[in-house]
Amino acid sequence: MFHRSHWLATAVAAWAAVQGLPALADTPPDTLIQAWAIDDIITLDPAEVFEFSAGEMLGNSYEPLISYDPMNVSDIRGKVAESWTVSEDGLTITFKIAEGRQFASGNPITAEDVVFSLVRAVKLDMSPAFIITQFGFTPDNVEEKIRAVDATTVEFEMDKPYSPSLVLYCLTANVAMVVDKALVMEHAEGDDYGYNWLKTNYAGSGPFVIREWRPNEAVVFERNENYSGEAPAMARVIYRHIPEPATERLLLEQGDIDIARKLGPEELQALSSNPDIKMMEGVKGSIYYMGLNQKNEYLSNPKVAEAMKYLVDYQAIADTIMSGVATVHQTYLPKGFLGELDETPYSLDVEKAKALLAEAGYPDGFSVTMDTRNTADITAIAEAIQATMAQAGITLELIPGDGGQTLTKYRARTHDIYIGQWGPDYQDPHTNASTFAYNPDNSDDATSKPLAWRNSWDIPELTAATDAAMMEPDAAARAAMYEDSQRKVLEDSPFIIMFQQVEVAAMRENVDGFVVGPSFSDNSFVGVTKE
Amino acid sequence: MQRQGRGRALAILWGALKIVATAAVTFLGLLFVTFVIGRLVPVDPVLAVVGDRATASTYDRVFKELGLDQPIWVQFWLYLTDVFRGDFGESFLTKRPILQDIGRVFPATLELATTGVIIGTVLGIPLGVLAAVRQGGLTDQVVRVIGLVGYSAPIFWLALLGLLLFYARLGWVAGPGRVDIAYEYDFTVRTGILLLDTALQGRWAAFGNVFSHLILPGSLLGYFSMAYISRMTRSFMLGELAQEYVIAARVKGVPEWRIIWVHALKNAAVPLITVVVLSYMHLLEGSVLTETVFAWPGLGMYLTNSLQNADMNAVLGCTLLIGTCFVGLNMLSDLLYRLLDPRVRRRG
Repeated sequence: MFHRSHWLATAVAAWAAVQGLPALADTPPDTLIQAWAIDDIITLDPAEVFEFSAGEMLGNSYEPLISYDPMNVSDIRGKVAESWTVSEDGLTITFKIAEGRQFASGNPITAEDVVFSLVRAVKLDMSPAFIITQFGFTPDNVEEKIRAVDATTVEFEMDKPYSPSLVLYCLTANVAMVVDKALVMEHAEGDDYGYNWLKTNYAGSGPFVIREWRPNEAVVFERNENYSGEAPAMARVIYRHIPEPATERLLLEQGDIDIARKLGPEELQALSSNPDIKMMEGVKGSIYYMGLNQKNEYLSNPKVAEAMKYLVDYQAIADTIMSGVATVHQTYLPKGFLGELDETPYSLDVEKAKALLAEAGYPDGFSVTMDTRNTADITAIAEAIQATMAQAGITLELIPGDGGQTLTKYRARTHDIYIGQWGPDYQDPHTNASTFAYNPDNSDDATSKPLAWRNSWDIPELTAATDAAMMEPDAAARAAMYEDSQRKVLEDSPFIIMFQQVEVAAMRENVDGFVVGPSFSDNSFVGVTKE
Repeated sequence: MQRQGRGRALAILWGALKIVATAAVTFLGLLFVTFVIGRLVPVDPVLAVVGDRATASTYDRVFKELGLDQPIWVQFWLYLTDVFRGDFGESFLTKRPILQDIGRVFPATLELATTGVIIGTVLGIPLGVLAAVRQGGLTDQVVRVIGLVGYSAPIFWLALLGLLLFYARLGWVAGPGRVDIAYEYDFTVRTGILLLDTALQGRWAAFGNVFSHLILPGSLLGYFSMAYISRMTRSFMLGELAQEYVIAARVKGVPEWRIIWVHALKNAAVPLITVVVLSYMHLLEGSVLTETVFAWPGLGMYLTNSLQNADMNAVLGCTLLIGTCFVGLNMLSDLLYRLLDPRVRRRG
């Protein structure tokens, strides 16, 4: 099962090389069909969506209070709100809602809808609620703290004067998407704020409306005829669930889909010479890393952690196994974030690693396990690392498991080493700082369990620095604080950060205007045209 | 006379009770074992619901909502009482009632499995008979090689080669998926068995498209089913053809074709029913690899996804469904035994 996609890719490549594949069909001119793995969708409710695919779908069908230019993330601009001001004490942000805009239902968008959406997210308390509640809101106080002053003014009162850029970036997240209060409340049952209805329905104001979601099969969008902005060219957009990359490739070559979204390095390589297909890529926020549990006697030795950072062949993996879908990246903030630090001091150096291991008292190495999710990419990376670690005498035993299994063990911190991915929750540096460089309570029964906790890394000083950076109002000073924090994590942490994900969409030559943004919610099919 | 009638009625009632009791115990055992295994799997079901990022308070709330704070036997009892009320719960993943989910994915598998087993039986039995009659000859060798390939080749590999040849290269069949976008809104999905839906609504163009999507995965499953059925037919037929009644028939001058296709095959048919039913049952569980390559939204993919996310309501619902099919098909094969085998009929 592990290398199924390799098998398939090889079969496709061999056949295609000999035969050449003719294109037969075309999709309808006003319909865009994308193939992706959409089995991660569990809901369409903005208060609950936290999955990549559903996040992207909301990004194209709902509108947040404010947003940013996906090509230049520092350019924050209004969407439902036309402007905002921060009070002198830094505690309250006042938003002015743009007038004359409406939901797909035809209902006008008012301050009341904005307040309802935020209050609803806090009261429902689903996974992404913390993005809002971290500013001091609870289900009990939220109605008092987030309020409509009149039909076009919303006040957002926090418990502390947080850095305004942090707050604004959090309000661009899906959880802050504005929902149609009147429509949602028509379907409310008891005090569920329409939760049962909205998880499979739609109540937004974006360029497209979600018409239908058939789990593990398809999601269908139609153009929002009441959209307040410029009307999209496509009348209908369909996501099809095609989990097998080799199948996606076939469909794309045949012209039965317009865009393939889940292709591996082999498929991308093979398609690169096809004149009917073009590629579009963009760096995503997700980073690949290893977490070394500090409860393990070997791994808790700083020299060992340092040695292991020299035992990964970063460049070779990026050039082969992850060719085209990842770049080498060793700091905890992904490229494109405020305070990003593009430093890559580590590369494969077996002799140096051996010297460090000898200093640590393990000249002959030792044996540890690594919990490895059984996806093709993670397994292949883990096997490559296993080989280079062996060169310095470290025996790395891989324990394969599916996502739920490895994650359950990791969260209980009973692993030796965990290899996996981490993606930011919103576009502000605090999202990753608060997990890689933050651990307020390292005890087993702590309520907050960031990645530093999961690896039992006790860091009072870095935790304080992360707290301080969260409050810093000046952007330049804040960026410098994160750079400093990243250097410390780079040197001392039990995290071996290796790569940043690159998303590649392969599409038919006649498709234009698709945007691959820094986060999945920024991926946009709104401007797509087909000649 | 009256007493005799009452006796027969009692016997029938007793028989029916026995069947119901057997089925009930089977289902209860099936559910219990699945439930326990589900709880022993080292995957946290709360994770599937709230993801990796939720705060401790959100996590705790969902943990309680799922009833995971209760002892396991209480959880099982609560599940059972719900099931008796006809409530199979909601899927943690799709947030929809299990019955609705299964109602959506099972017809896709049923349509595919039925096509597969029909192709497998129609081809497998004659091939098996021919191989037995020409034992050791060229036909026998060819059938055995075909069977061996069917047994040993990885299905996803054959599936992909099939797609490359018949869909991409020759353009004879439609690609992955159940129906083209162009026909998707041309008919209303009622039974979920698209051939039936399109035919009943007289949408013949859509019917053709659905058939074109179905034929390749159906043939592929049919091939695997055929490999099994032909091998078993061959061995049953070899057994029958060595019987004395065959020699007697030959001595009496009964034509050879009649001996093979009427006398011997009829006797081999009884164990063959079990083989065909088992083969069908195997296909009904859903073939996750075939479904993945052909983007076929069936039971196999649904069940695998549910298992990986510890979505126990979905897993239990699917287990019950598969169990029901198994019991149902077993009863059907018992019934067919009675029709075909006079000895069973008399004993029964």
